[in-house]
Amino acid sequence: MKAVPGERSFYVALAVIGGAYALLVVLMILANVAYTTPGQLTAALGSPEIQASMRLTLWSCLVAAALSLIVAVPLGYLLARTNFRGKALLEALMDIPVVLPPLVVGLSLLIIFNHFRIGGTSLEQWLNARGLRVTFAVAGVVLAQFSVAAAFAVRTMRGTFEQIPSRVDDVALTLGCTRWQAFRLVTLPLARRGMLAAFTVAWARSLGEFGPLLIFAGTTRGRTEVLSSSVFLELSVGRLEGAVAVSLLMIFIAIIVLMLVRSSGGIRS
Amino acid sequence: MIEVSGLHIRAGVFRLDDISFRVNSGAYAVLMGKSGGGKTTILEAICGLRAFESGSIRLDEREISALPPAARMVGYVPQDLALFSHLTVRENLGFALNVRRIPENGRIDELAGWLGIAPLLDRYPAGLSGGEAQRVALGRALAFQPSVLLLDEPLSALDEATRIEMHGVLHAVRERTRVTTLHVTHHREDAKALADVVMELRDGKIVPVS
Repeated sequence: MKAVPGERSFYVALAVIGGAYALLVVLMILANVAYTTPGQLTAALGSPEIQASMRLTLWSCLVAAALSLIVAVPLGYLLARTNFRGKALLEALMDIPVVLPPLVVGLSLLIIFNHFRIGGTSLEQWLNARGLRVTFAVAGVVLAQFSVAAAFAVRTMRGTFEQIPSRVDDVALTLGCTRWQAFRLVTLPLARRGMLAAFTVAWARSLGEFGPLLIFAGTTRGRTEVLSSSVFLELSVGRLEGAVAVSLLMIFIAIIVLMLVRSSGGIRS
Repeated sequence: MIEVSGLHIRAGVFRLDDISFRVNSGAYAVLMGKSGGGKTTILEAICGLRAFESGSIRLDEREISALPPAARMVGYVPQDLALFSHLTVRENLGFALNVRRIPENGRIDELAGWLGIAPLLDRYPAGLSGGEAQRVALGRALAFQPSVLLLDEPLSALDEATRIEMHGVLHAVRERTRVTTLHVTHHREDAKALADVVMELRDGKIVPVS
């Protein structure tokens, strides 16, 4: 960008202040790279525990992001397009998972499943009797990730629907659509980039989730261990190089996914 | 034929009371009035996009007040056109035919031919000029052969040359389809060039303009 004479100092000031944060991000990545060696990285990535953790991370984040999108589309549409009694309350509710300390999310889930009673038993016991374990199990990992990630997906979808003029739905109705058809044939296709962005935001948020997992799903090696908990487990036994290797792996996965989504036009640069 | 009788519409603090007018079958009526006076609101009520408190709307002797927009057989071109940007021009033109399961039978090519947009059929709306987009919106609204066409300030965003060109297009639409048209505008030139009947929304009432 060529600055108009006299404006150079303005843009330089912005670049210096903004650049300081960009530099911090670069330094964080470089710190991880500098602390490990290719040998340590290979050893860590070759360990069966880390490989199992990587597999669980990939699919649990995928399921959590998919579930987030499923609730974010209707909630985002309602918040963007309609006015109803209790809307302010719903908006506040959607902000709670975003601002709540992660450990509190985990604690709240733990209480829901282990202290809410259904016919004299806890929800967890009720589910256990039907063959499903949630607390300290893989389903708990997904639920903990979903609980926070969905709120971010809802925000993204609301913004997406707010940017699509409601007039296109109106025209679709006059052309012969029912409200469902207008949504399916016009609104949803127009929202596809936003949906991809919401999915990615939810996926990335799930990848980094740790607090609720620690409390609600535990960090049992090989069972409920995802990459964020692998970093914690490696650190807790004093293997800093293992923790750094897993951190680098998470950075690498996150960058690959963000690049894939950006190249497909999901998030506008 | 469009017959609006005793229409009362309330939206927040805005209200229109006792709106009545009639546009005969095949006529081209222009409704004028100040911006913000409620012209668009009246069109929306006829389309079924705006609820009203009381009154009746009849299209070709059919009371349509209780019908959903899809069943009213009204072609509607809003001021911002609202073209479907994810669909090509061909898909925009064929949208109503698909949804209503009407066989296409060369209708899209025919429409595109006389609207002068045949070379644009495979393009997306994002690359169209103002006049081209207007023609596509018009074609999309006419494809299913509605009995009534409602145009909301369709020429307001166009330059003078394109505006005059579009007068020709709207004349051609009228000659070919004989569709009953209600055209909302605040430009007297549009009324002079196109209208059989001119009405004005003045102080909340529809009055004829000679």
